[in-house]
Amino acid sequence: MEWGAVSSEGKEVSTILESGSQRTLSPYVTGTSVLGLKYKDGVIMAADMGGSYGSTLRYKSVERIKPIGKHTLLGASGEISDFQEILRYLDELIIYDHMWDDGNSLGPKEVHNYLNRVMYNRRNKFDPLWNSLVVGGVKNGQKYLGMVGMIGTHYEDNHVATGFGNHLARPIMRAEWREDLTFEEAVKILEKCLLVLLYRDRSAINKFQISKITEEGVTISEPYALKTNWDFSAFQNPTKGAEGSW
Amino acid sequence: MALRGDWVYENNGGTCVAIAGSDYCVVAADTRLSVGYSIYTRDYSKICKLADKCVLASSGFQGDMKALQKNLAAKHLIYQHQHNKQMSCPAMARLLSNTLYYKRFFPYYTFNILGGLDNEGKGCVYSYDAVGSYERTGYSCQGTGGNLITPVLDNQLKSPSPLLLPSRDAVTPLSESEAVDLVKDVFASATERDIYTGDKLEIIIVNATGIRQEFLDLRKD
Repeated sequence: MEWGAVSSEGKEVSTILESGSQRTLSPYVTGTSVLGLKYKDGVIMAADMGGSYGSTLRYKSVERIKPIGKHTLLGASGEISDFQEILRYLDELIIYDHMWDDGNSLGPKEVHNYLNRVMYNRRNKFDPLWNSLVVGGVKNGQKYLGMVGMIGTHYEDNHVATGFGNHLARPIMRAEWREDLTFEEAVKILEKCLLVLLYRDRSAINKFQISKITEEGVTISEPYALKTNWDFSAFQNPTKGAEGSW
Repeated sequence: MALRGDWVYENNGGTCVAIAGSDYCVVAADTRLSVGYSIYTRDYSKICKLADKCVLASSGFQGDMKALQKNLAAKHLIYQHQHNKQMSCPAMARLLSNTLYYKRFFPYYTFNILGGLDNEGKGCVYSYDAVGSYERTGYSCQGTGGNLITPVLDNQLKSPSPLLLPSRDAVTPLSESEAVDLVKDVFASATERDIYTGDKLEIIIVNATGIRQEFLDLRKD
């Protein structure tokens, strides 16, 4: 909708363009997989910092994991602008809830439920938020980890991953996950998954943030890179199996 | 609504079965949640307890499934406040039908079976399509494994023809434990061939004593 002219009486005369309102028909700047997993005293989450414009790597320092209130971490893949709008929704929600000043606060379960409803409602309006979100947190000794998709599909599990992560990282996490993982062990698993994604997911980049949330609060790491190894024999001579081509 | 794209729906798979006996009802569904060739989670319950003697099993699109369950739960809460009692299974059956038809032109992509006990304490099963047409039957199966399981149930439960007059009871002659065993067998079989069915089976048994829950592990591949 376009804002119309204001008449001399100060009364607004708005005009709606023929095209009507805009909706996301395809995403512009996107982030790739987010990984999350429960461990002994909380939840950890990992994502790279790339922002892709189609197949172009447009941004290299996008923070895709953010704290929501005191007990929740939110990780996002998909349209970055939609994620930033979601962060504004959540900011308003958390502040409004805080203003009651009743000592209550929203936990990860509540935040996840709110996001489930927002995502599902927007798809019902055929105006979706183009994201897959991972919600993790700890409140009252309860660990929580869940995910929501673009059209409102949601679930909880001990480990979750979006996009390519569901194909490439979940099998590793299923094989190696235990209830009593230490923080160091959990980081090791996530880094193994991130490395696989870096090798196999075109839009993944070697600049990550790993974050954890425990009863004590949120810690988000400084960006860092993993040591890669390109000497695998399969990488050595890629055209070996197709001789006679270029 | 010709402008609607196909992205608004997703088939998350799953199979539901319900069998009614003279004084019990068995409702079961697997716990796999998938899309295409990937699995979202191996532990998602598709069964929802709506009233004391009324449970709903659904498959299809998970988002719609949850929205439908929440809608019915909210309506049932209002019903309890207004009438000071639990809704009966036949009443819930009509409510579910109306709720589905209300969205006839933007349907809930869900395939439901409602099971429980009727006002006489007899087992009842109601079977639906996505837009609300429904029928009371003695047994039913819906979801991705429906085509594999239905003929087996037809063969094992031989319900009397609905054309017979005077009409005969549709409830199955099986005992409660026989029905539970049959359900376990048909799910184990469907899991062999249907990639959307597997991981775990959740069985709910409703009888005069109350509601009981059982689990059985299924193939995870």
